[in-house]
Amino acid sequence: MKSYVIIGNGAAAVGAIEGIRSVDKKGDITVISKEPCHVYARPLISYLLEGKTDLKRMLYRPEDFYEKNGVKVLYGESAAEIDVKNKTVKLESGKEISYGRLLNASGSSPFLPPMKGYKSVPKAHSFMTLADAMDLEKDLSPETRVFIVGAGLIGLKCAEGILERVKSVTVCDLAPRVLSSILDGDCAKLMQTCLEEHGVKFLLGDTVSEFSGNKAFMQSGSIVEFDVLVTAVGVRANTSLVKNAGGEVNRGIIVDERMKTSLKDIYAAGDCAESFDITSGTKKVMAIMPLAYMQGHCAGVNMAGGDEKIDNGLPMNSIGFFGLHCMSAGSYTGECYEEKGERSIKRLYTEDGLLKGFILIGKCDRAGIYTSLIRNRTPLSEVDFEALKISPALAPFGKGYRLKKLGEAV
Amino acid sequence: MKRVYVNEKWCLGCHLCEYNCAYANSGIEGMAKALRGKKITPNIIVEQDGDINYAVSCRHCKDPICVKSCISGALSIEDGAVKINHEKCVGCLTCVLSCPYGCIREGEHGAVTKCELCLENSCGEPACVKGCPNRAIIYEDRG
Repeated sequence: MKSYVIIGNGAAAVGAIEGIRSVDKKGDITVISKEPCHVYARPLISYLLEGKTDLKRMLYRPEDFYEKNGVKVLYGESAAEIDVKNKTVKLESGKEISYGRLLNASGSSPFLPPMKGYKSVPKAHSFMTLADAMDLEKDLSPETRVFIVGAGLIGLKCAEGILERVKSVTVCDLAPRVLSSILDGDCAKLMQTCLEEHGVKFLLGDTVSEFSGNKAFMQSGSIVEFDVLVTAVGVRANTSLVKNAGGEVNRGIIVDERMKTSLKDIYAAGDCAESFDITSGTKKVMAIMPLAYMQGHCAGVNMAGGDEKIDNGLPMNSIGFFGLHCMSAGSYTGECYEEKGERSIKRLYTEDGLLKGFILIGKCDRAGIYTSLIRNRTPLSEVDFEALKISPALAPFGKGYRLKKLGEAV
Repeated sequence: MKRVYVNEKWCLGCHLCEYNCAYANSGIEGMAKALRGKKITPNIIVEQDGDINYAVSCRHCKDPICVKSCISGALSIEDGAVKINHEKCVGCLTCVLSCPYGCIREGEHGAVTKCELCLENSCGEPACVKGCPNRAIIYEDRG
């Protein structure tokens, strides 16, 4: 009987379990879960603090998921080392588990840049795991002044999630704009304005030069007084297990399109792995949950002897703050088509006859039609792109496409 | 499995399916009471291409990318149908960003809304099909 071991218990692990079981109903599956709990939806931790979900509802899969799939989960255990020769995983606890095929889905960890005086801050938090959120929650009260370092997706979702529960939220970022990894100037400004209208304060293009207790001395000279600090500067792929075992790693673990690493019988998926972005033509870590699931699924199918590959990956994000939604996908290169409203922006980027990327703020209906154009690398000459630009619909794809998609099982 | 298919030659563009859908999913007795004065968000929408009209709703794909993309675990496949758990959905709209047919929409209460073939409401069979005056929408097994 085949035996599968999965390091990690997030979206990529779930994808792998479902992928393995689509091919092999019987093989042993063991999950090594550092976190002592059932798989939950990590991006929902801000919604948890906001009261929009709870511990039960935020489970990523039903409570009987492992049981139904015949999965043994080792809760609270961490992998310490992969022994390629003997095909075992050594755990921090000293135990050893042998594998037939191994998936490294170890995710990423918050990156904490060296910050002078950081250790003098009495209440400092990360915001990545459920435990982080629960710890942060203990320090929140209507009198709390929160200072968040990092105006990216994690920092701003944290700000939204806690704003109503605290006295004030101030966010700083070295970048001159919010959400700098996914938005350009005007788009970022619109999102910033929305957050500011709800009370979030910003110090952009500024960074902490030194902490001293509950004070942050900024490079600009200003001083931020706070009670609770949250750092959300970024994440780094957890590559060390594969690297130490002799596997090829870059910023993330290097995998092929079947999610196989350079090591025999070892696969990697999710935030710890690098993958190909069809819109930029480069390999990079795209730490997004849908892709983590898909990579995990792909790895699982291949581990079980099936054949699946991912050759259509692209970065994409859908995020909203206080009701204003923002979607982005692909790369912002080439010619830009733009529509602007008072509370909306649409930007479509085309190059070499293909849609390469887009940003939609405010009006996001049927955005997936644009995403599919990018993902499928549909030549724009084959569709009525002038009509699509204005409104995403199926009509501009022509009668043949429509008859097939609406008249056959797809 | 049985899915909803369209026969665009027969579609009159009357939009009745949109109203029947909104009513079936409203949970309210009486169509007038359910829909009067309200902006409806049906799970089926009639598109127009020149003289041709046709209704578009969830394809219940065999390998649904919306389910794979859902960050909360609110979307799932049950007996081949793509279901949405409104309690779990936080309205991040990642599925809206993923669906190649534009068939998932932002709903009223923070969660998304999509066609569930009326298996979850009191209609019990697709209301759009049942009420289509010209059989332009069909519910049948085509593989």
